[in-house]
Amino acid sequence: MDEVVSGYGASEVLHGISLTVNEGETVCLLGSNAAGKSTTLRTILGMVPTRKGSVKLRGERIDGLATPDIVAKGITMVPENRRLFAKMTVRENLEIGAQLRDDRPAIASDIESVFSMFPRLKERVTQKAGTLSGGEQQMLAIGRALMAKPSVLLMDEPSMGLAPILVEQVFETIDEISKQGITILVVEQNANVALGIADRGYVIQTGRIVMKDSAKALLANPELSRAYLGELEG
Amino acid sequence: MTTSARRSSLGIFSRLPVRRIVLIVLGVIITVAAIAGARATLATGQYSGRVWQDLFVQGLARGSVYALIALGYTLVYGILLIINFAHGEVFMAGAFTTLFLAGYLSSSGFMASQPVLSLLIMLAFSALVSMGVALLLERIAYRPLRGAPRLVPLITAIGASLFLQYTFRGFYGEQVRAYPNIPGLTGDWNIFGISIDRPRVVVIGAAILIWSSLYVFIERTKTGRAMRAVGEDREIASLMGIDVDRVIVITFAIGGALAGMAGILFILLFNQASFDMGFVPGLKAFTAAVLGGIGSITGAALGGLVLGLIEAVGPILFLSGAGIPSVGQLTSVVSFTILVLVLIFLPGGFLGAPEEKRA
Repeated sequence: MDEVVSGYGASEVLHGISLTVNEGETVCLLGSNAAGKSTTLRTILGMVPTRKGSVKLRGERIDGLATPDIVAKGITMVPENRRLFAKMTVRENLEIGAQLRDDRPAIASDIESVFSMFPRLKERVTQKAGTLSGGEQQMLAIGRALMAKPSVLLMDEPSMGLAPILVEQVFETIDEISKQGITILVVEQNANVALGIADRGYVIQTGRIVMKDSAKALLANPELSRAYLGELEG
Repeated sequence: MTTSARRSSLGIFSRLPVRRIVLIVLGVIITVAAIAGARATLATGQYSGRVWQDLFVQGLARGSVYALIALGYTLVYGILLIINFAHGEVFMAGAFTTLFLAGYLSSSGFMASQPVLSLLIMLAFSALVSMGVALLLERIAYRPLRGAPRLVPLITAIGASLFLQYTFRGFYGEQVRAYPNIPGLTGDWNIFGISIDRPRVVVIGAAILIWSSLYVFIERTKTGRAMRAVGEDREIASLMGIDVDRVIVITFAIGGALAGMAGILFILLFNQASFDMGFVPGLKAFTAAVLGGIGSITGAALGGLVLGLIEAVGPILFLSGAGIPSVGQLTSVVSFTILVLVLIFLPGGFLGAPEEKRA
């Protein structure tokens, strides 16, 4: 199965973006603030309308569909800033991730596997999501997305607001998720960490893709930092 | 305006705006006056325990109706952040339309032979009518304005409210119409050694049952969870696969059905219907929702009951001891004074979050 996701021009932020993520790959989309990274993900999910061009999943056009319909096809996102349901408990946040599923026993066992991935969440299962620490919230946001059993997972700045040690943990987790066979498109400003786990990378600048290469080549490319990202952080 | 310039001389008060200090002083004065009034009333010994008991139950019954209507305001506000000011008319539509069904049930003799079933049929019918009106409101008046500034749906709500009132007046006239009495619902029942008017028992019991069902629905079912999710973050709710439009429709439907049932309970207490019967209870229920903390389901119940009790007990308790004549006329003065008082000290109501933005 060849999986193609390609987006084009939305609300003047994206001026014709073409990118492809093959099944099972981890691809990162790098760029500075306001380059259009988040907009790219939101366009894929139908939260921002596609004005021109097309978005395809396994050859089937999904642009123009409503967000819930796109999610039903197996794409979901860990949104920027987590955006958990703060007034709901940890368990409810996980359950709502499985809102489109009806297989109760499987949902219960998936909640358990999220807990084995993030034991901290199990300790806080009855706590309201709003009371969790930043790192725990990021774990819960990832767990919530996994509960949808996605085949494609989009991640918007998973390192944002986290201490460096937590950033490393989050990316280790992303690597693990990728090994489960889930296709990942991760948007990051923190290029080094993201490229460390990615197969390929794209660099976006003011709504256009300006560079694409394998992760290794991008890491080795001195132009990456100089031209498009400003200073590289460790 | 703040007093920050005079910080050094005023100490702790310098951190509060002058307006806030004036409000708090006002609040304290009213509270002290109310306590003095209550002491004076109780000192006269004019009212027996039986009277207080009766007023208390009356307040609970009235408050139960307010609470059920208040749920409609609070549910819609919780999800759309708009105040559906036509909700009182949703309540009226069910209660008024059911009048004709009740007349038929009564004249055909069905109500005499099956009073309980008749009441249930009336509740269901009124719930359906009100639900239908609420759904039409959502589709015609509110959905096209989704995304408009919040003042716009507010104005629309007032227009829709007048439209509904005068539509009913046009069809059914402006006179107040009497509802047939449901056989078996006159006299008292003895509950825990207290004799209570039968309709009040039914109203309070039904309200508890309906509120509890709603609570379980919101907290425990998938649809209820979806409603809470849309209330918190609409975009992320849709990312979870939730159809936001459908949830909004369900919310209006539930609020409408609750108002319709509240309409029949209101009828049990007051036995009459008219085209403008929704205005005052709608306003009171809105007050109850604000009092309890708008957006909160428990708050709506609490606000409704507190308001009902204040209305029933308040005028006599606070005012009659001060020698004020015909205190029953001052019911609304008392209840809205209490509302102001609560909002001075708890701007978000009993259970609301004060930091949230309000319409």
